[in-house]
Amino acid sequence: MAETQSEDAFVEFERVQKSYDGENLVVKDLNLSMPRGEFLTMLGPSGSGKTTCLMMLAGFETATHGDIRLGGTSINNIPPHKRGIGMVFQNYALFPHMTVAENLSFPLEVRKMGKSEREQKVKRALDMVQMGAFGGRRPAQLSGGQQQRIALARALVFEAELVLMDEPLGALDKQLREHMQFEIKRIADNLGITVVYVTHDQTEALTMSDRVAVFDDGRIQQLAPPDQLYEAPENSFVAQFIGENNTLEGTVKEIRNGRALVQLDGGEMIDAKPVNVSKAGERTRVSIRPERVEYNKDRLQEGAHTLKAEVLEFIYMGDIFRTRLRVAGNEDFIIKTRNAPDVERLQPGNQIEIGWLPEDCRALDA
Amino acid sequence: MTQSASPQATNGKPGPMLAADGTPLKRSLARALRRQKMRALLLIAPLLLFVLITFIAPIADMLFRSVENQIVEETLPETVPLLQQWDHDASELPPEPVWTAFYIDLVLAEERKLHTRLGSRLNYEMTGLSSLFRRTGRAVGRFDTDTYTDQFTALDPTWEDAATWVAMFEDDTIREALPLTARTWDRWADYLVTDKNDNPAEEDVEDFLFTALYTDLTRDGVSVTGTTPRLQQAAGAVGDFETVSIMAQFEDADDDWVNPEVMRTIQTYSPPYTSGYFLNAVDMQLTPDGVEAREENQRIYGLLFKRTIFMSLTITLSCILLGYPVAWILANLPMRTSNLLMILVLLPFWTSLLVRTSAWKVMLQQQGVINDVLVWLGLVNDADRLVMINNQFGTIVAMTHILLPFMILPMYSVMQTIPPSYLRAAKSLGATNWTAFWRVYFPQSVPGIGAGSILVFILSIGYYITPEIVGGTTGTFISNRIAYHISSSLNWGLGAALGAILLAVVLLLYWAYDKIVGIDNVKLG
Repeated sequence: MAETQSEDAFVEFERVQKSYDGENLVVKDLNLSMPRGEFLTMLGPSGSGKTTCLMMLAGFETATHGDIRLGGTSINNIPPHKRGIGMVFQNYALFPHMTVAENLSFPLEVRKMGKSEREQKVKRALDMVQMGAFGGRRPAQLSGGQQQRIALARALVFEAELVLMDEPLGALDKQLREHMQFEIKRIADNLGITVVYVTHDQTEALTMSDRVAVFDDGRIQQLAPPDQLYEAPENSFVAQFIGENNTLEGTVKEIRNGRALVQLDGGEMIDAKPVNVSKAGERTRVSIRPERVEYNKDRLQEGAHTLKAEVLEFIYMGDIFRTRLRVAGNEDFIIKTRNAPDVERLQPGNQIEIGWLPEDCRALDA
Repeated sequence: MTQSASPQATNGKPGPMLAADGTPLKRSLARALRRQKMRALLLIAPLLLFVLITFIAPIADMLFRSVENQIVEETLPETVPLLQQWDHDASELPPEPVWTAFYIDLVLAEERKLHTRLGSRLNYEMTGLSSLFRRTGRAVGRFDTDTYTDQFTALDPTWEDAATWVAMFEDDTIREALPLTARTWDRWADYLVTDKNDNPAEEDVEDFLFTALYTDLTRDGVSVTGTTPRLQQAAGAVGDFETVSIMAQFEDADDDWVNPEVMRTIQTYSPPYTSGYFLNAVDMQLTPDGVEAREENQRIYGLLFKRTIFMSLTITLSCILLGYPVAWILANLPMRTSNLLMILVLLPFWTSLLVRTSAWKVMLQQQGVINDVLVWLGLVNDADRLVMINNQFGTIVAMTHILLPFMILPMYSVMQTIPPSYLRAAKSLGATNWTAFWRVYFPQSVPGIGAGSILVFILSIGYYITPEIVGGTTGTFISNRIAYHISSSLNWGLGAALGAILLAVVLLLYWAYDKIVGIDNVKLG
């Protein structure tokens, strides 16, 4: 799915730039193309330009430069109400003076649809989000999760092929959020709609999306399916931003056979997979996921480089153990171990030896 | 969603809830809150007292004046009961006893200088009564009632001695036998003691006391047996006394008294409370035969009320039309710019009302700025310059300008609370700019319009200075008329009645507004 041909792209950004003040670019050279039916998430910290991209797609902001295409036609000069894009807003933006049914009926009314057809579609949309009994209520009488469902139904009722969601679950509590993630994903799959979803919550991005575009500093840092993003981050920003991550800084000593030998700043040598380092002498930041670190001597790979570590803290978290170590001068080195009968519970002060598979340790940009 | 439909909390326990110590929960809650309430009450007490004393009490007093009419009964205590019995249809003029009582009342009122006040009061109802009372007040001391004085003193010279009278009215039998004289003597003695600090026993016995004595002694069924010989002698003699027609005396003093309308007016307005002011305020009048509409050419208040309401509505409407876009811009601009603009909106508040109104006079008058510019541009002939001031147009323009901030501020604060995402949502759903505004934004801004409208309408309905200055004759409000009655004509009763009606109209409109729009929908922010 990552390799989409430009011809059958449904949504396309081509060299899009956006500036509000004429001095700083909020979006720098954005290129993105999505096939029909894809669930794409724009993930990034606040101020990274993801919402601006969404607003440009919806038509509420105009691109300073570049082309945005929908179904092959440029929509730069089409006003928002003619784009036919459904949108779910952060605060739902349900019209407070209308009932739920009137809210849903609104996009159909402005499309001059007949009354019976409207009622039928509204009913179908409400049933789809399991809110069939709430048509006569006002938005203020609904809970946050219910409002969220109505907002979703409203964005879908006029059968938009593209639906944009701007942090739609931000205001919900954790449990409800997880439930709604599943719901949204299910409905999107059932309807076969294309979704552009904006969030700053990486779990949400990973669990829902076909592909995730990680934004930072006005650029897409990496555009990949969730597993690739997590397991094979292409730069240290993505590695840091997605999931928990341990970093160690050092210098590349040599690159051979797809292996990089990195000398850490403390003098220790480790093996790593070179990702965006190309030659010896470069500064690098190596990244290892906490759950890929091994400290059981029996399982450490023969011949691989290991590091000495001191246990600083042991946290019992139920299903896993979270242990903080001092490794090569880094006191925030975390390892996660599954809570299993044969796993040793480390004590603060323990001196241990840790190691990992070289392919789990990625040498990224410094 | 299904999870959130939590089961109804079931409480099978009958009877009131009890607190831990067994007292009903409601009572112990009330006890717990009492201290808090007392403290809150103490904190607002200064303001409450201030408002009560300087606002509520004066209003209540003014409202009371719109029906109060005790002056007639207080000044003419003898006349009023007799007048009540007079059938004005049977005889053109009241019978002699009424005139006698009126004579006595008027002499006493003249001594106390109260007759002019009564005259002014009655003058509101019948023009000319003020001067009639003043003239008669001067004449009443010279009435020919000394005929009675002379005849009594001829019988017994001690009648002339005030001490005789003092002694006479210490006797309850005599007081009972001579009620009118006793009452009149008491009023006279009271006046001498309290107002003049004199001893009644040392003063001359005035003619009107002898008139009262004569009237009592000639009354049917009078009995003076068992009293002083002097009185018994007088009672025997009065039948042969030469009489004086008091009515004729009044006619001599002023021809107007034989106009039947005069006494009828006094009769109509003698009760202590009257609806007369209110009837006046709605272009009706109280006549001896009941309520009547005033003649066509005397009607003014109905027109003024209608004009006040019409112009207030026009001003409110123009404030909405002019203020809405301004409020919208203010609410949608970035904070820094909108603050600057807000200062411009508030600027008029910092300028004196008189200065702003006078500025409009300069702008709008026939030789004023606007006319000059129009003439200079050739749009208007120099000969027929536009009349834009001293009429309704001038009042509407000036008051719209003055009241505009009161419309903009509540609209602005309501619009500020409408997130821009609503408009965006509407547009993303396919609505054009206009549909999005009209179907989504406007309904949400209605509470602001409502609040502004109530504010502007109620302020303008009672506005006074601006219409006074720029209103001319056709652009003045009912408030100008109220002010006229309060400060110029001094007919406070009528002013109060007009004010009460204005208050009632405002409350009625407020009630109607609550019914139609709902007062909960009014937001000031």
